[in-house]
Amino acid sequence: MLKDITLGQYFPGQSIIHRLDPRTKLIMLVVYIVALFLAESWVSYGLMFLFLVTVIWLSTIPLKSILRGMKPLVMILIFTGVLNLFFTQEGEVIFHFWILTMTTGGLSRAVMMMSRILMLITGTFLLTYTTSPIALTDGLESLMKPLKKVGVPVHELSMMMCIALRFIPTLIEETDKIMCAQKARGADFETGSLMDRAKALIPILVPLFISAFRRADELATAMECRCYQGGEGRTKMKLLRYHLEDFLSYGAGAVLLVMVIVLKSVGL
Amino acid sequence: MKPILEVKNLNYIYSAGTPFEHKALDNISFSVVPGEFIGIIGHTGSGKSTLMQQLNGLLKPTSGQVLLDGEDIWSDKKLTRQARFRVGLVFQYPEYQLFEETVYRDIAFGPKNMGLDEKEIDRRVREAAGFVGLTAEQLEVSPFDLSGGQKRRVAIAGVIAMEPEVLILDEPTAGLDPVGRAEILGNIEAYRRARNATIMMVSHSMEDVARLTDRLLVMNGSKLAMDGTPAEVFTHAEELVSMGLNIPQVTQVFLHLKKMGLNVANVYTIEQAVSEIKRLRGGMANA
Repeated sequence: MLKDITLGQYFPGQSIIHRLDPRTKLIMLVVYIVALFLAESWVSYGLMFLFLVTVIWLSTIPLKSILRGMKPLVMILIFTGVLNLFFTQEGEVIFHFWILTMTTGGLSRAVMMMSRILMLITGTFLLTYTTSPIALTDGLESLMKPLKKVGVPVHELSMMMCIALRFIPTLIEETDKIMCAQKARGADFETGSLMDRAKALIPILVPLFISAFRRADELATAMECRCYQGGEGRTKMKLLRYHLEDFLSYGAGAVLLVMVIVLKSVGL
Repeated sequence: MKPILEVKNLNYIYSAGTPFEHKALDNISFSVVPGEFIGIIGHTGSGKSTLMQQLNGLLKPTSGQVLLDGEDIWSDKKLTRQARFRVGLVFQYPEYQLFEETVYRDIAFGPKNMGLDEKEIDRRVREAAGFVGLTAEQLEVSPFDLSGGQKRRVAIAGVIAMEPEVLILDEPTAGLDPVGRAEILGNIEAYRRARNATIMMVSHSMEDVARLTDRLLVMNGSKLAMDGTPAEVFTHAEELVSMGLNIPQVTQVFLHLKKMGLNVANVYTIEQAVSEIKRLRGGMANA
C-alpha cells in the first residue's frame, strides 16, 4: 500500500544530538564536510572517523538503521572503489593480470575514497535522522535570513517548504483513495504496455490535481482568515535558542577543523 | 434463496509483521441474497470501509473467504477481476474520482474497462444516467461544471453502468442537503427494484437505514456485532449507544413514552409512529 511509504528518515528521539539547535546541526554538517575534504592522511581520516562514531553513539540511532540507509549507495561505492583501484598507478605493484595492475598506491587511494563517501553520506544522514523536517526548515530560514537583504524571499520559501511537507501524507492518502475508486471501476494499473500504463495514470492524476488545487485554495482562504500576510512582524511559538550543548558542539567542530588543518600542514 | 455473496470467517490485518500491525476485520461471516437492501452501521474505525473493499476484491483477506455466486473470488485471477464488475463499489465522496471531459465519457469508463462494445456501452451509460436522473444534455457537459449533488450522481452512475449485481455504497448522502439526500436514496432504490440487485449501504443516519433497509449489519471493534432486521437491532438501544451508535430519534421518543408508563410498541420509522399514535388515540377515545 502507498500508505506504508516512509517519508524522510526522521527518527524521533531525546538524545543530545536530537536536542541540538537545527542551525547548529546545519553549520556543523558544513564544517564536517569541509574537514572531510581537507583530510588527506590516514591519521586525519582516523580522526574524522572517531568524530563520526562519537556523534552516532551520542545520537542513539541504531547502527542497523544507518546501515540500511546505505544500501542504495553500494553500487556507487563499488564503482568508486574499482575505478580508483585500477587507475591509480603509484607505489609497488601487488599483482598484474591482463590489462589490470593493482598497486599499493591504488589500494590505499580506493579505500580512502570509499571511506570519504561513506563518511560524507553518514554525516548527512545523521542530520536528517535526528532533525524533524519542520525543525530543519526553521533552521534554514533562520540561517538564510541575511539573504533577505538582497531580495531573497526567505520566509516565503520556508513557508512553501513547510506546507509542501505538511501535504505529502495527505496527498498520498488521497492518491490511495482515488486509485481504489478507479480500480473499483475496473481500471488496471499493473498490466499492458508502457503506453497503456501511462494512459492508466490519467484517471488518477486528473482528480489528484483537482483536489490539490482545491486544498491549496482552501488553505489560502483559511490562512487569510487568520490574518496571515507574510513573514513581516510574525512571531514564533518555538523560538530557536542556543543552549550550552550548541556552544560545546561548535567548540568541538572548531577543534576538529583546526586539527585536520594542522595535520595537513605537518604533512601527516 | 441462493446467496449471491457469502463471507466466511474473514480476517484482515493491516501492515502484518510490522509494529503498525492492526486487525481490521475479526472473523466476519455473513451471506446476502439477491434483492436484499442491507445497511451497515458502525463507529468510525470499526472496519466498515475495510469490509467493503474485501467484497469486490480490492483487498485480499489475510484468512477466510469471499464467495461470489459460490466461487471464491481469489481462487482465480479472472474471478477477482469479475468481482470488481459484479460487485460495484461507490466510495465516500465519489465525486472526487471524476476525471473525464464529459459526463458521458466518465460514466462510460467502467463499461469500457469491461471490454464491452460501443453499442452496449452507450445503452448502459444512458440507462445509468436515467437511474440517477441526469438528462441527455447533461451527459455532454464537463462533470466539473455540475453542482456537488449532480457530480455525486454522475459518480454513482459510473458504477451503476457496470450493472453490478451487488451495489455497495459508502455514505452516499454525506454532505448533501435534504433534497439531494432524498434524490440519491430514491435513485438507489430504483436501481434495486429494476435489477433485483443487492444493495449494501454504509450510513450514519439511523433514520435512513431504519426506513430503507431489510437488514442491518452492525460493526464494532473489527467484529460483526449484530446482524438482524432494523426492528431487532434497534431493540438493543443501550448496546448500540455503548458502541458509539444510536437509535432513530422516533424510537428514542417511544422508549421514553414506554418508561413513562404508556403501553406503546417499539417503533423505528415515522410511519410506524404515526399509526401507533393513531391506535393509542383510538383506544383512548373508546375508553
